[in-house]
Amino acid sequence: MNEITESADDAIDSTQEPTRPQPDPVAAREEFLKIYPDKTRKKRAKQLLVNSDPEKPSEIGANTRTIPGIMTQRGCTYAGCRGVVIGPMHDVLHITHGPVGCSFYSWQTRRNLARPQPGQTNFLQYSMTTDMMENEIIFGGEKKLAAAIREAYLIFKPKAIAVYSTCPVGLIGDDIHTVCRLAKAELGINVFGFSCEGYKGVSQSAGHHIANNGVFKHMVGLNDTPDEDEFRINVLGEYNIGGDAWEIDALLRKCGIHVTATLSGDISYEQVTRCHTVDLNVVQCHRSINYMADMMEKKFGIPWIKVNFIGAQTTAKSLRKIAKYFDNPRLTNRVEEVIAQEMATLRPVQEAMKTRCKGKTAALFVGGSRAHHYQDLFKDIGMTTIAAGYEFAHRDDYEGRAVLPTIKVDADSRNIEEIEVEADPKRFRPRKSDEQNAALAAGGFSYKDYEGMVKEMRKGALIIDDISHHELEKLIKIYKPDVIASGIKEKFIIEKMGVPCKQLHSYDYGGPYAAFTGAANFYKEIDRMVNTKVWKLVSPPWKQDPQIPARLVYQTKADRAESEESNKTWKSPLKAADEEG
Amino acid sequence: MCTQKNQQTQSLMRKVAIYGKGGIGKSTTTQNTVAGLVEMGRKVMVVGCDPKADSTRLLLGGLAQRSVLDTLREEGEDVELADIRSPGFCNSLCVESGGPEPGVGCAGRGIITSINMLEQLGAYDESEKLDYVFYDVLGDVVCGGFAMPIREGKAEEIYIVCSGEMMAMYAANNISKGILKFAKTGTVRLAGLICNSRKVDNERQMVEEFAKRLGTQMIYFVPRHNDVQRAEINRKTVIEWNKDCEQAEEYRSLARAIENNKNLVIPNPLTGQELEALLMEFGLLN
Repeated sequence: MNEITESADDAIDSTQEPTRPQPDPVAAREEFLKIYPDKTRKKRAKQLLVNSDPEKPSEIGANTRTIPGIMTQRGCTYAGCRGVVIGPMHDVLHITHGPVGCSFYSWQTRRNLARPQPGQTNFLQYSMTTDMMENEIIFGGEKKLAAAIREAYLIFKPKAIAVYSTCPVGLIGDDIHTVCRLAKAELGINVFGFSCEGYKGVSQSAGHHIANNGVFKHMVGLNDTPDEDEFRINVLGEYNIGGDAWEIDALLRKCGIHVTATLSGDISYEQVTRCHTVDLNVVQCHRSINYMADMMEKKFGIPWIKVNFIGAQTTAKSLRKIAKYFDNPRLTNRVEEVIAQEMATLRPVQEAMKTRCKGKTAALFVGGSRAHHYQDLFKDIGMTTIAAGYEFAHRDDYEGRAVLPTIKVDADSRNIEEIEVEADPKRFRPRKSDEQNAALAAGGFSYKDYEGMVKEMRKGALIIDDISHHELEKLIKIYKPDVIASGIKEKFIIEKMGVPCKQLHSYDYGGPYAAFTGAANFYKEIDRMVNTKVWKLVSPPWKQDPQIPARLVYQTKADRAESEESNKTWKSPLKAADEEG
Repeated sequence: MCTQKNQQTQSLMRKVAIYGKGGIGKSTTTQNTVAGLVEMGRKVMVVGCDPKADSTRLLLGGLAQRSVLDTLREEGEDVELADIRSPGFCNSLCVESGGPEPGVGCAGRGIITSINMLEQLGAYDESEKLDYVFYDVLGDVVCGGFAMPIREGKAEEIYIVCSGEMMAMYAANNISKGILKFAKTGTVRLAGLICNSRKVDNERQMVEEFAKRLGTQMIYFVPRHNDVQRAEINRKTVIEWNKDCEQAEEYRSLARAIENNKNLVIPNPLTGQELEALLMEFGLLN
């Protein structure tokens, strides 16, 4: 997002340096890597970089297999497909085809909220599965799946049913797509399947791609009725965690921009089928949904731009960029008015929090775009990101889309279907003329413009892809960051080491953090976390006394007398050393 | 004939599995050999590990057996040993594991399930006084499920049925690799090759040499004879169909050879090149 002019009233000074002197990143990196065996070290070295020149990001070994034995943050392909991209569609009935665990553990864990309109249904509280047992593994699960689809239809009468394959389904070769096709003909509703077996790909990223393909093939373009509002857009890659999409929606509505569909946050099946009727796609999470943006552009002629509604400055930038695209004075003025209004409310909060948080440091290891986006919120309150990395992003999310042609297609990525898309003979419609596009380009506007995370990070910051448990511990010991943003799996490890953790998978109980209103929530939350004394007050017992006496529960009388005697005389080595010394 | 007498006073059940290339005659050889053993008075259980469930057809006089997996599916958990085990020729005991229709599900998993079921039901208990259990396993060792009989000491003596044909020897070599893998951690051993003759040139010498290089023996050379086919059409083993014919005597000899076999080894599978060289050497002799 370059060369968009900023008016002085919303500019935020973000040139803050950390108060505490920072360790040498090159030495820290060596320290992280030195324990690894040669082969592992060689591989991790490519995924663990020092940002020596933000202008020219080094090549990072992202989207490669995790080394066995390294405790990774990553999830599986099923999680990426069912859990992330399609899960939030609230009136689509989601059936997990597999043993019960996959369904149970993907039940309402991501806090993608929905507020259905009157007459709409909401199945998000449900978790449905075929509950495959040994019998289905041996004899095949197709019949049970067909029965499950029929039963679910009779009870819930949904508009559409989506079926997700888990690992064993791929191994025994159940043909879920034929089952879905037959069910579609029988029931007269849309039924489609996703071959998103957990073992595919190197992370949940493969599941995002599979989900994008399926949504595009089976849903997008089924209904050509456009909304009547002007300035119609889709927000892609926004999942309404803790209500983020609602904040973005409200802000855009205030500006006079209409959102036809948010993929996928608080979205109905019907909205997905009509989302190709808009004039612009704005992409929030580039990693999980850039495939959809590209396919919609090729088939329907809808251009896309990258936006970021996390952080006050970046939100303002994103709004101005949308206004610039539509090139309408009324809209442009309205956007400026809204930014001024929102900033007037936000600024006192932001300034108050900045005086308390300024100079503190943060590290972010989460997602495929969150580790980038949330740096802007920290920046707003004068905090510095000293290290960041994604769980499952690819090189373009680090280094920018310019590197796309040079990304090596390996066996793992080749394993994921890439669908060929052509312009729709009837419905393809360029949204801007060549002259209009030339004028936009001359004004510094560009489409598909993701520059990646690294360029926006400070020189000397650490970039760590798919961070391991060991590296995270070392990072905490060496850098002592004031807060770490991560996923749920790392949260308690970080907190046990005395550092507050902002959990950015589901926000725990917090949020929304998007747009100006959400930003205020985040500033206050971070202030609460980094300025509390609680982490300094708690001290685990083993810090005071590294050995605690233990006694067998079952013992004879003689044993008990002996062990009671030894307890009386027991001295911890530390105390003994103290007394001697 | 058919007088049951346990050889050992204390039950020391021998656990035998028959492997080999698809279509080589595993089921036919197994059943005819078992007929020889039961005729000698041994108590034998045959477990068919093939989804087609046709491993005990000759002993039972036709395809009459309800498979373990079908029974499990229809009866639920309430399965009795008598539901899945039928008496065949000379009080042999016949079990078919069964499995899915071709092209669906997982037959390998089915074999694991049914062998576990047999164990739970006590089919191998000492009180059953078995002298032998024979596993007749489908084709090559294609996946974990088909290796089930050679894992965890379920079968300890492996006989590979082969012929002088290249693909049969190739399969035998592959199966030896499977045995080698599990022999290192368990009690499974290669007990010999059974040559089921296809009248290939120099067949006996070639299979003998192949067996030697694997570190084992050719335990028996079963000549090709049309009586085998005739007995099969009558749904009988050769011994039952015509106990006095020449081929019946061949199977009796094979049964005796197995009865007296003490030569159990960890095999040394050949490399692809070695195997081809062997075929060249014997194929070009004449």
